[in-house]
Amino acid sequence: MTTLKRLPGVVVGELIMFFARALTGVRPIWRGTLPRQTQRIYFGNHGSHGDFVLIWTTLPGPIRDITRPVAGQDYWLASALRRFIGRSVFNALLIDRQPKPGEPTPVDLMAESLSHGESLIIFPEGTRNTTDAPLLPFKSGLFHLGRRSPGVELVPLWIDNIRRVIPKGQWLPVPMVCSVTYGEPLSVGADEDKDTFLRRAEAAVLALRPAESIDA
Amino acid sequence: MSYSPSQTAPFEAQTQWLFVAVLGVLIVASVIGGLLKWRVAHGQPHGVIDNLNSRIKAWWVMVLLVSLSFAFGKTGVILLFLFMSFAALREYVTLTYTRTADHLVLALMFYVALPLQYYLIWIEWYGLYSIFIPVHVFLIMPILASFGGDTNRFLERTAKMQWGLMICVFCLSHLPALLTLDIPGYEGRNLLLIAYLIMVVQGSDVLQYVWGKLIGKRKVAPTLSPSKTVGGLVGGIASATALGSALYWCTPFNPWQAALVSLGICLMGFLGGLVMSAIKRDRGVKDWGAMIEGHGGMLDRLDSVVFAAPMFFHVVRYWWTP
Repeated sequence: MTTLKRLPGVVVGELIMFFARALTGVRPIWRGTLPRQTQRIYFGNHGSHGDFVLIWTTLPGPIRDITRPVAGQDYWLASALRRFIGRSVFNALLIDRQPKPGEPTPVDLMAESLSHGESLIIFPEGTRNTTDAPLLPFKSGLFHLGRRSPGVELVPLWIDNIRRVIPKGQWLPVPMVCSVTYGEPLSVGADEDKDTFLRRAEAAVLALRPAESIDA
Repeated sequence: MSYSPSQTAPFEAQTQWLFVAVLGVLIVASVIGGLLKWRVAHGQPHGVIDNLNSRIKAWWVMVLLVSLSFAFGKTGVILLFLFMSFAALREYVTLTYTRTADHLVLALMFYVALPLQYYLIWIEWYGLYSIFIPVHVFLIMPILASFGGDTNRFLERTAKMQWGLMICVFCLSHLPALLTLDIPGYEGRNLLLIAYLIMVVQGSDVLQYVWGKLIGKRKVAPTLSPSKTVGGLVGGIASATALGSALYWCTPFNPWQAALVSLGICLMGFLGGLVMSAIKRDRGVKDWGAMIEGHGGMLDRLDSVVFAAPMFFHVVRYWWTP
């Protein structure tokens, strides 16, 4: 019964991946690491709703099965279709970006998920970047997670070109070749302070940006 | 075109001969590649040999795809080239500077101009498909771009997108357009013209590579393409012209006509390769993409074909159709 229940999510997931590949020919570039089933936090730039999809599409199936994107529940619970895609297709970890006092914080929820052996996809910029800057300053969640779960590899990644596929305010995607470059895993140093680590993590993400990349 | 049994008989016999010949070349190439890997590289990673072997592997896939499309006739061929145009245009646009205001123009290119061009060829409307992109679409594109209200590098953006449609869609679509030509005495065999053009162009590319490795010293155009040498160029074009001449039996040409036409194809192919590599240099990239292992992207494989196709089409149309 449970497998039967999961079927629509799996089928729609395959359709989404087929569509993503047809439109963007997306391919992973494993530059600093290889796909492994070890527990990881994948973190990268966020410019489009398509970002999850591309990372998800480039991760091999067995790794994808244990990896959950972290997403804002205000967006993903707003309609039945988004709820279905967020929960049944992506198995997203939905968080309240403004938790009420007494409720677990986003970092608590993510740390709990990591304690179950899951991997996570997070976008430390906190929101989609619609500015001209290649990357917004990272929020502190990545640092706190890295400290609370020292055994988890923090894998930086750069998603290239998806912002040009669906620019802000457009609904019709245009075909462009996209890539996801995975870099060398980081961890928070023993006596490293928050700002130093976050600058280091930002630099690691930016360094993965292809030289021929064109801004959206 | 009609396909009565009496007309398809020579087509089928000739197609089978070509197929067997191409298969033979591929088998020989694979054996040589395997021997080199075994004897020269001793099974160890080796830049040139590994690249050669992945190119041969990609050739197998390409030959199988073309053969498969031929088995489905006109519809199969049009769908194959529609797909190749799509992949080529996608690579081109990816490396082209565009702005958010161009989104509508880009959508028009992919979702309207591209399928419509191939539809016009499918319904064989020569009067429209030969001007549809370079006249109608070229005028509509800057109009739509101006609606975006962004004048930043406006002419450059428009020109680059127009040029992309030109090479990736318009020029390439002249290969399936060969099927629309009514050549007296050649009815039902037009698919062989496509095979002929592909074999001469790609043969010329491969032979230039081989001759270049064997006797190439002086570079033809060092600033554009460091791998093209005088020896490779002369040897490659001469031998590909000989190949084109030897294949005259599957064309409407006699041997000397086939030699002249092949020479034209090889020269256009070479010059096309130069132009496309000038564009790559301008963008600071080595390859258009990474779609075909050993070859780079779709455009890296098609650069010489796109320039030769319209020339070949119009030569055949002017001298061989009434």
